[in-house]
Amino acid sequence: MQLLHEPSPQMIKDEKIYAEMGLSDSEFKMVENILGRLPNYTEIGLFSVMWSEHCSYKNSKVVLKKFPTNGEKVLQGPGEGAGIIDIGDEQAVVFKIESHNHPSAIEPYQGAATGVGGIIRDVFSMGARPVALLNSLRFGELKNPRVKYLFEEVVAGIAGYGNCIGIPTVGGEVQFDPCYEGNPLVNAMCVGLIDHKDIQKGQAKGVGNSVIYVGASTGRDGIHGATFASEELSEASEAKRPAVQVGDPFMEKLLLEACLEAIKNDALVGIQDMGAAGLTSSSAEMASKAGSGIEMDLDKVPQREKGMTAYEMMLSESQERMLLVVQKGREQEMIEVFERWGLEAVIVGRVTDDKKLRLLHKGEVVADVPVDALAEDAPVYHKPSAEPAYFRQFQKEAAFQPEVTNVSETLKELLAQPTVASKEWVYDQYDYMVRTNTVVAPGSDAAVLRIRGTEKALAMTTDCNSRYIYLDPEVGGQIAIAEAARNLVCSGAKPLGVTDCLNYGSPEKPEIFWQLEKSTDGLSEACRVLDTPVIGGNVSLYNETNGVAVYPTPVIGMVGLVEHVDHITKQQFQNDGDLIYVIGEAANDFGGSELQKLQQGSISGKAPALDLQVEKARQDQVLAAIQAGTVASAHDLAEGGFLVALAESTFGTEFGAKVKLNGENVVKESFAETPSRYIITVSKEKKDQFEAIVPEAVQIGEVTTNATLTVLDKAGNIVLNEEVKQLEDTWRGAISCLLK
Amino acid sequence: MKFAVIVFPGSNCDLDMYHAVKDELGVDAEYVWHDETSLEGFDGVLLPGGFSYGDYLRTGAIARFSPIMESVIKAANEGKPVLGVCNGFQILLEAGLLPGAMRRNKDLKFICRPVQLVVENGGTMFTKEYEKGQEITIPVAHGEGNYYCDEVTLETLKANNQILFSYKDDINGSVNSIAGITNEAGNVLGMMPHPERAVDSLLGSNDGLTLFKSILSHWRERNAITS
Repeated sequence: MQLLHEPSPQMIKDEKIYAEMGLSDSEFKMVENILGRLPNYTEIGLFSVMWSEHCSYKNSKVVLKKFPTNGEKVLQGPGEGAGIIDIGDEQAVVFKIESHNHPSAIEPYQGAATGVGGIIRDVFSMGARPVALLNSLRFGELKNPRVKYLFEEVVAGIAGYGNCIGIPTVGGEVQFDPCYEGNPLVNAMCVGLIDHKDIQKGQAKGVGNSVIYVGASTGRDGIHGATFASEELSEASEAKRPAVQVGDPFMEKLLLEACLEAIKNDALVGIQDMGAAGLTSSSAEMASKAGSGIEMDLDKVPQREKGMTAYEMMLSESQERMLLVVQKGREQEMIEVFERWGLEAVIVGRVTDDKKLRLLHKGEVVADVPVDALAEDAPVYHKPSAEPAYFRQFQKEAAFQPEVTNVSETLKELLAQPTVASKEWVYDQYDYMVRTNTVVAPGSDAAVLRIRGTEKALAMTTDCNSRYIYLDPEVGGQIAIAEAARNLVCSGAKPLGVTDCLNYGSPEKPEIFWQLEKSTDGLSEACRVLDTPVIGGNVSLYNETNGVAVYPTPVIGMVGLVEHVDHITKQQFQNDGDLIYVIGEAANDFGGSELQKLQQGSISGKAPALDLQVEKARQDQVLAAIQAGTVASAHDLAEGGFLVALAESTFGTEFGAKVKLNGENVVKESFAETPSRYIITVSKEKKDQFEAIVPEAVQIGEVTTNATLTVLDKAGNIVLNEEVKQLEDTWRGAISCLLK
Repeated sequence: MKFAVIVFPGSNCDLDMYHAVKDELGVDAEYVWHDETSLEGFDGVLLPGGFSYGDYLRTGAIARFSPIMESVIKAANEGKPVLGVCNGFQILLEAGLLPGAMRRNKDLKFICRPVQLVVENGGTMFTKEYEKGQEITIPVAHGEGNYYCDEVTLETLKANNQILFSYKDDINGSVNSIAGITNEAGNVLGMMPHPERAVDSLLGSNDGLTLFKSILSHWRERNAITS
């Protein structure tokens, strides 16, 4: 019957129906050659999703190869649901970040919520217990009503899903720039813990073993979601709202608990999340990785709606579903685990030895295609690359020199910039404490969670200053890795590894592909020097609205290990009379700075220079100083420069500070965004010990109890004397004020 | 003393509750699945927070029909301590063990942060280790914690000293800033703030541990007398 509604193979070819699914003429030809015949409608659907950028990385593979992915502690690199790094004591940390940009641009609540749901499944499909969520968000300016709506709904969607499932949302960042107005970025990261013995793989091994479908039933939601995510947004995108999935965190909570119970049973052979491209990708990839095939009877697939076609079932991205491979004869044990949690578990197929994905529907074979062709043989493109004109222009420009007549006013203006301002409005809505391990809550350089039953803790952060990457992708890429690592070090952790979410415009444009190439060069180099291998991630291209791309935004998720909870360090000042040190000298770095954006309305010029060797040396010293117990607080200097960081260190405390600037130029000392710099406080008793470990540190003042921020220039004149409360109120209230 | 930690589908603070009494208070505890029917052998019942049944229909509205709830009501009627936190409080309201109802927070947003509570009644089995009027720091994490009751009920709650905790500042619109109430007999406590999240100073506060200590010391006294 379905053939009445579906185009015939000849029509697909003649009328180029494949083009609507995102396949090119040459790609269609490839499919024809692989099959040795024309594909039918279901088959061309399978190829179109599996060969979409989202699933195949066909445009980004050439740059992804550059990342260092090995390390002695890496237990699982890219290629599975999530990467895994050893943390000792037979335990490991599992983490991954993923984008949900396009769905969130169209339907922000569900787009963001299902982004969270998807990344959680990636982590528990490895057998890990998810312990924390982070989110990296980018929006246009909060002056625009549509942007306000997107921002509020995305935050609500993240809260709605994360709070309900009971995994704490502990960190992340939110930044605002006009380039994200029509195409916000919503990147969700999940961190999990696992015992080595429980590590799972998404493999369909063992001919004759059963393929079991578990979780929610399949509906018509999210059909072609992966294809939708692989094209630019436009006015017409609104019509693709049906490609956005709808999440059910309660269902996922049950699925999570049931799967974690299932992995303890050795009847389980393989497990994979049905994420992008749903049933198609999970079955094809599991078979391909194992060198096997899978035959499925789609009549057995639990269906939410009547009359679904094979095409619809295979391309549905209904949420909260997993595919399991279970030893033949032991299916009932597995089914009982899921039934206890009130979930459906249905045998839908079996593992075969012919390396084919064969689908049966209503007694007929509706698809018969090689699994490797779907999962491995997508074309790989090396798109042309060209240095953009803006870059050449920026490199020639004279450096931006801000004019500051009143340091105090400028500081307040910077603190009120939404990118700098307190994100309390956001994280107040996230349950960041559930499961009671959160030692450092949102609002410090990195979140820190203790590992129950040990003396260790995990620090985690997401970072990416895309302005620098826009100005200079290579240096900006290095800065992104360096800053993430610095944030972890400030928390007392040794950085372990990276998951990255590469958000760019259309790779079809040579200038965009150049950004992708150069920035991944920078990221790779920094990962090598800082010894933080990339263990997984996600690529999101085509982030454009009506032809205008977002800034190149490779969001870096990084996790570090705190060896002892005593090492956990916060950015906030701790004691009256502690000595304040600064590490690193300010240079004339205002290109891409918060102050440049504030004063000029846009950014231009050169990104700050970064010396990776200096970065590495300072990180090692600061971590050594923290581990030696000499450091009371540590904060890295980022957006807004020194004074913003100094002010932030007093917020949420009863303290103030009195410092004397280190150099002659007040504006440079106060607001330049030179990388690799820190503000550290040390008790007087630990002074000598600290200085011996960090000889470069310069003492510039003291923590005070009078809750005033006093800054003197080198000659001793007062350049700033402001009550902390005044500054803090500005900083804390800025975002809710903008939303009114 | 032995506690039952009731686990509904969608409970997510069950682990925190379990660790609070088992590891920090140092007494016995066991998870009890929602479809069990007996609470024999338990001296106290803990209903944890979370989103039982996804909070579909209304918070706590489906959980109250779980098979285990009959035993929870029985334990309450026998005078055993029953503590419902957050979603557990909402379930106790739906089950009719406590008066009143919950509405969405006044600003319609989920709130998660440590808040200041005032101990309104220090003499109960849940608060005997606190002082009346003491200010304590306990986190909240809820979207529907805006407690409502009519005036007559409020007067009764006040007259019987059933209000154990109130918010120092109005955070969610609750009548009289009520954060936690007991039944008339005083052995069933529902509260929106999470004492089980404040049992270890490493995480910021251990003011909540005092509540569990109160339950234990009350139980010990009573047991010493009866045995």
